[in-house]
Amino acid sequence: MNDSSEKSAPKKSGGIIKWIDERLPIFTFMKHQGEFRAPRNLSYMWSLGSIAGIALVIQIVTGIFLAMHYTPHASMAFDSVERIMRDVPYGWLLRYTHAVGASMFFAAIYIHILRGLYYGSYKSPREILWFIGVIIFLTMMATAFMGYVLPWGQMSFWGATVITNLFSAIPVWGENIVQWLWGGFSVENPTLNRFFSLHYLLPFIICGLVFLHLWALHTHGSNNPTGIEPKTKKDTIPLHPYYTIKDFVGFGFFFILMFYFVFFNPNYLGHPDNYIPANPMLTPEHIVPEWYFLPFYAMLRAIPSKLGGVLVMFSSIFVLFVLPWLDTHRTKSGSYRPIFKWFFWLFVANGLLLGWLGGKPAEGAFVIMARFATAYYFLYFIAVLPWLSRKEVATKTPKSISDSLEKVKIDG
Amino acid sequence: MAKKKISSNKNHENQGETRRDFIVLAASATAAIGGVSAMWPFVDSLNPAADVLALSSTEVNISSIESGQSITVMWRGKPVFVRRRTKKEIEEARSVPLIELPDPQADAERIKPGHDEWLVLVGVCTHLGCVPIGYKGDYDGWFCPCHGSHYDTSGRIRKGPAPKNLAIPGYEFIGKDVIKIG
Repeated sequence: MNDSSEKSAPKKSGGIIKWIDERLPIFTFMKHQGEFRAPRNLSYMWSLGSIAGIALVIQIVTGIFLAMHYTPHASMAFDSVERIMRDVPYGWLLRYTHAVGASMFFAAIYIHILRGLYYGSYKSPREILWFIGVIIFLTMMATAFMGYVLPWGQMSFWGATVITNLFSAIPVWGENIVQWLWGGFSVENPTLNRFFSLHYLLPFIICGLVFLHLWALHTHGSNNPTGIEPKTKKDTIPLHPYYTIKDFVGFGFFFILMFYFVFFNPNYLGHPDNYIPANPMLTPEHIVPEWYFLPFYAMLRAIPSKLGGVLVMFSSIFVLFVLPWLDTHRTKSGSYRPIFKWFFWLFVANGLLLGWLGGKPAEGAFVIMARFATAYYFLYFIAVLPWLSRKEVATKTPKSISDSLEKVKIDG
Repeated sequence: MAKKKISSNKNHENQGETRRDFIVLAASATAAIGGVSAMWPFVDSLNPAADVLALSSTEVNISSIESGQSITVMWRGKPVFVRRRTKKEIEEARSVPLIELPDPQADAERIKPGHDEWLVLVGVCTHLGCVPIGYKGDYDGWFCPCHGSHYDTSGRIRKGPAPKNLAIPGYEFIGKDVIKIG
C-alpha cells in the first residue's frame, strides 16, 4: 500500500482509504454527499427530515434487541413483554425507548409534512419526492399499528380487531378478506405471528423508501422558506459542515423531548388498558388508538355509515397524492400568500381538534363537531386550495434567496 | 403470423419482426404468468389453516339459565350469547314493524321454532368487531361501547353505525337442555 500517487478524489486519502476507494468509491460518494449544496436559508423546519431519520434508526436498533427477548405467541407474548420490563437488564429502557420513540417519530413526521404543506414542497419539480413521502407515512402507520398489537394487551387485541374489521366494509369479499388477514375466525395466534413478521420487515422497506426519498430530494435539491429555487452559487452552502451541524442541534432538542418521556413519563402517551392481558370475550369500555392515529379515528367515527367512514378515513391520506394538482398557485411558499396562511393555520388547528375529538366518546356534540372538522379537512384540499390557486394575489417575492436575506439584514 | 415468421426466418439482421422477437415475447409472457402464479401459495398460506378450520363445535347446557338471564360461551375464538328471553322481551322484539329496521328480519326467523325464549347470537358487533354489552342500550338488547350501536331483544341493529343484525351461528337443540353450536 503506497500513497505516492494522488490522483483520485478524496483529499486526505491515506493508503488504505485510497486502495478501497479505487475498488469501491464509497469515500468519493460520501465526499460528494458532503459537498452537496443546499439553499443557505433553511430554517429548523428543515431539520425534521434528518430527525425522522435518526428516529427510524433508534426504532430499528431498539426493535432488533427487543425481538431477541420477545415471544410472538398469543399465550406467551404478554408475559414475555413483562419479562422484558422486569427481568431483562435495561429491558425497560429498550421497550420505553421503542414505544416513546414511535410517538416521537410520528411527531417529527407530522411537523415534517406540515412544513411541506406550508412551503409548497409538493410542487413541481418535487411531486415524486412528495409521493414517496406519503408512501413512507402509510408504511409507518402500518408498522406502528402492528407493533402496538405485539404486547397482546387489551388495547392491542381490540385495536387489532377494530382495524382489521375495517376491511369487512369492502362489499362482497369483505368477510373473506378479513379472515385472510386474521388467518382464522377472529384475531388469534396466527394474526399475532404474521404481525410480528411484518412489523420486523416493514422498517427495512421504509429504509428503502427513504433511500428513494433522498434520491428524489437530491435530484432537485431542498425547497426553502422563500420557495424560490437557488439561482447562483451565492444562494447555496455545502451540506457539510453547515447543515450537518445544524441537524445535530436538532437531534439534541429531539432527544431532550424524547428522553423526558422515556425517563420521567414513559406511559404518558400510552393507555393503561394495554397492561391488562388480551381478553377476546370482553371489550374495554373505551377503545382509543395511540394519539398519532386519533385525527383519522375521529373521521372514521364521524360518518354514520360503515363503508363511508372507512372510505373517508383512507381518502384523508390519499388526497395527499393529488395535492400537487389541487394547489396550482404559482407562488410556492406560504410566506408570500396572505390568505393561504389563514386557511393553513385553520387546517392545523382543525387537525388538533380532530385529534382531541378522536379521544372522546362517539356521541352527541362530539360527533357533530367531528363532522364539521372532517368537512373542513377535505374542503381545505378540494375547495380552498384550488380556489386560492385562481384568486389569491401573492405578495411580492424576493428576486433570489440571497436577496431575501439582504432585506432581513436591513430590517433588523 | 406464421407466414411472417417463415419469411423472417433467415434474416435476423432484418429490421422487422424476427423469430427472436417472438421467442422473447413468448418466454417473457410465460415467465410473467409463472411469476404471478407462484405468488398464490404465499397468499393462500395466510388463510385459516386446517387446524383452525377443524375447530370443533361447542355443546352448551342451558338448564341453569333463568328467564331474563344470559350467558356467554366461546366458539371459534368468539363469544356467543345464549339468552333466555322474558315474555316482555319477546313481545318487544315482535311488536316492531319490519320497515323501521335497518336490516329487516322477523324475530321468528332468528330463533328455532318452538324455542321462542332462546336467542343464540354471535357476540360480535357487525360494525368493527367489538363485543356488545347485554341489557344495555335504548332497546333492552345490547349496546356496543366502541362506536355506539344499539341492538334489540332479537339482536337486530336498531341505531348506530353497525350495518347488520348480530349473526346467528349454526346451532341445534340436541336435547331438552343442551344446544350444539357449530
